[in-house]
Amino acid sequence: MAGLAITLGSGAMTNSVAEVVDADVIFLIGSNPTEAHPVMGTQIRQARKRGAKLIVADPRVIDLAKEAVVHLQLTPGTNIALLNGMMHTIITEGLMDKHYVENQTEGFDELWDIVKDYTPEKAGEICGVDPEDIKAAARLYASGKRAPIYYCLGVTEHSSGTSGVMSISNLALLCGNVGKVGAGVNPLRGQNNVQGACDMGAIPAMYSGYQKVSDPEIRATFSKGWGVELSSNPGLTSIEAMDGAVSGDMRAIYIMGENPMLSDPNTNHVEKALRNLDFLVVQDIFLTETAELADVVLPATCFAEKEGTFTNTERRVQRVRKAVEGPGESREDWAILAEIMRRFGVDPGFNSAKEIMDEIAKLTPSFGGISYERLEQEQVQWPCPTFDHPGTPILHVGKFSRGERALFRPSPHIPSGEVPDDNYPMLLSTGRLLYHYNTPTMTGKNEELMEIEGRSFIEINPVDAAKHGLDQGGRVKVASRRGEIETEARVTQRVPEGVLFMPFHFADGAANILTSGEVDSISMTPEYKVCAVKVARASSDA
Amino acid sequence: MQMLNVTIDGQRLQVKEGTTILEACELTGVEIPTLCYLKHLAPEGSCRMCVVEVKGARDLKVSCATMCDEGMEVVTMNEKIYAWRRFIIEMLLADHHIDCFSCSDTGQCKLYQYALDYGVNEPRFKVEARDWEKDESNKFFDYDPHKCILCRRCVRVCNERQNNHTLSLNGRGIDTVVGMPFNELFIDSNCVSCGNCVSVCPTGALSTKSSKHYRAWEVTKTRTTCSYCAVGCQMDLVVKKGKVVGVEPADGHSNKGLLCVKGKFAYKFIDHPDRLTTPLIRKDGVLEPASWDEALDCVVDNLQRIKAESGPDAIAGFSSSRTTNEDNYAFMKMMRAAIGTNNVDNCARV
Repeated sequence: MAGLAITLGSGAMTNSVAEVVDADVIFLIGSNPTEAHPVMGTQIRQARKRGAKLIVADPRVIDLAKEAVVHLQLTPGTNIALLNGMMHTIITEGLMDKHYVENQTEGFDELWDIVKDYTPEKAGEICGVDPEDIKAAARLYASGKRAPIYYCLGVTEHSSGTSGVMSISNLALLCGNVGKVGAGVNPLRGQNNVQGACDMGAIPAMYSGYQKVSDPEIRATFSKGWGVELSSNPGLTSIEAMDGAVSGDMRAIYIMGENPMLSDPNTNHVEKALRNLDFLVVQDIFLTETAELADVVLPATCFAEKEGTFTNTERRVQRVRKAVEGPGESREDWAILAEIMRRFGVDPGFNSAKEIMDEIAKLTPSFGGISYERLEQEQVQWPCPTFDHPGTPILHVGKFSRGERALFRPSPHIPSGEVPDDNYPMLLSTGRLLYHYNTPTMTGKNEELMEIEGRSFIEINPVDAAKHGLDQGGRVKVASRRGEIETEARVTQRVPEGVLFMPFHFADGAANILTSGEVDSISMTPEYKVCAVKVARASSDA
Repeated sequence: MQMLNVTIDGQRLQVKEGTTILEACELTGVEIPTLCYLKHLAPEGSCRMCVVEVKGARDLKVSCATMCDEGMEVVTMNEKIYAWRRFIIEMLLADHHIDCFSCSDTGQCKLYQYALDYGVNEPRFKVEARDWEKDESNKFFDYDPHKCILCRRCVRVCNERQNNHTLSLNGRGIDTVVGMPFNELFIDSNCVSCGNCVSVCPTGALSTKSSKHYRAWEVTKTRTTCSYCAVGCQMDLVVKKGKVVGVEPADGHSNKGLLCVKGKFAYKFIDHPDRLTTPLIRKDGVLEPASWDEALDCVVDNLQRIKAESGPDAIAGFSSSRTTNEDNYAFMKMMRAAIGTNNVDNCARV
């Protein structure tokens, strides 16, 4: 989300979910909502039925691609070239919103300086897409009066992810599609409370509400609010902390509700890091693959057993309510953390989830008008600075969070960190299935879901399958520079030749043994969507 | 927006142009029985349960599909309306498989409730039973066509809201039945098990497998936010004796009464026997149960030791994009205020 923070001033979905049904053109890129965000996916279908025209940019023939006017089936890792090609058409054919660009943006000359080289023909060559389709998509997007862009991890999980996000922002700004109803740049956040975890300052450089740790005044405010001196040292991201653990600089890690042994790229590296630690604490609801490596495991309660709030992808703060008691001696996460603070001699300053929200409101301007009393009446979208503020369904109306003008921040095509070569000739991409949710700590405990989809598999094009003697349902060995796994072949034209797709959910044949350690240099997001692999029929498949 | 003056049972009010009589009744607090009506869909007007009398109109009007007019006077109950609604219930019960003692919908079945309300003790008309078969092939729910009243809620939610186009009406006349193309089973169809058809079924025709184990009066419902994905669907956890036994969709901003297979059915992890129930400490290489005091002392002692030896920046914390805002705030406060490092992150990137 670093990309939108740079170009618009706020790293969040600009518009609201419900607006989608009234869209006239929808551009979906790197997002498979009918599986990953199903209720969003159904609403895109509702919009399409009401006349919205759909553009899909995705390497796979996802379900919504079948309903698209244009499906740009690009090579994974070429989003920027595609977007540049679309912008080239929009600019050269005079389809841009000149008034908006002149009055509400800056950096157009720099944009053109880069985009001018990306004729649809050149972009098409990089992306493996027909230039006519790029032109058609560009014209259609530019024609939309209410044209939202939805994107997801197919854009961000690349070593050029932040530039990809900024290229989407460029396209939207070029057509004047930011700051109005039914439009916008809309990242569909991956997990239920990714937005909230970042909003709350569970990121190294910011306190809650994206207030910079490096700003002495802000640090002083939190220092006063919490009654302790606060460090100004820049913090490390989880990926950097893992690297530190391998080198020995990082000695202890406290992990709450996260399972990096399955979720992080390059599992062998993660395991080495965690095993190298002096001390590992894991606080979770199950004994996950990560918890099995811990020195201390603390049992926590799940969402049905606690009070709290989640912030959804459209920045809406909604209540989580306790319906049942947690099992055994499990405790609410915040209560465990408060007890540790006490034992460190620091007064946590709260005794309930409600009191935490009151403290958040006090120290976080964008949450200033949010309290449990208010949430009983209405579920507001931040920024919501005061109790009489109605919340903000649409960001950047009239003025950007960044200031008077939004910024074009163009980028040339940046090849993925690891591309297929003679030794590892195929490209592997990973993603989510409808029936599961990340490391299936939760979904995997539902036998019905496991009966529907319970095992690892890999999608492979029939031409590639024939080349390697692979049959539908047969066992296949997949190897990258980092490791090797065995899984089941699904021979399907859903993926193009040369591209493979694996769900990342399953511990048997775990995709992240293969994925690369390449990261985006700004957001530090791993490149889950592209790594180079080779496949062979498994010897166990007689 | 033009405002219209209407009168409902003698009560005068102003409504926006485009308001249906049913919506106006809701505003005044008058309850109208409905079977086919479903919020967020165009009015169907097929069940005729919601009829009311409009002064000056020749026939009874279907309140869900009739817009208010300036000066309209509406009567929601009189002998004629009562008789009409009672007649509809008798017709619906003619070929209904009445097994209310064992039906999982007992206590929340609309047909059952209206039969009580309108004094229908037994079906007046008898129709020969169809030879339809139950479809129990779906992993999460069952379908019994003998309890279907052809209100088409399931068909419409599947086609117009979920847009999965699995369900349709098959056959004609008395043989009309909700089903899938070519009468295939749910398991063989393109059904994605979102369960939205089950959630809107007013009778026991479509019922979750788990609903066999509880009755409406045995459960409490708690409104909460789904913990799968970031759409933030609103839903009610259905609880019997301290255990979550079901999930029902609520009318939230971003889901408008819809859920997906995970939100609707993937709740069984909550009371799974593998849940952690006690702190564990590694002793001689093995994780063994410990008391909270032992575990917390162990955590704090080790973190203090490492902090003293190598400084606070030798410690890092990973918070969770699954847990609540309050937990995340508490976590970053613990890392920064107690341990003294900015090495705090969450799994947003992974």
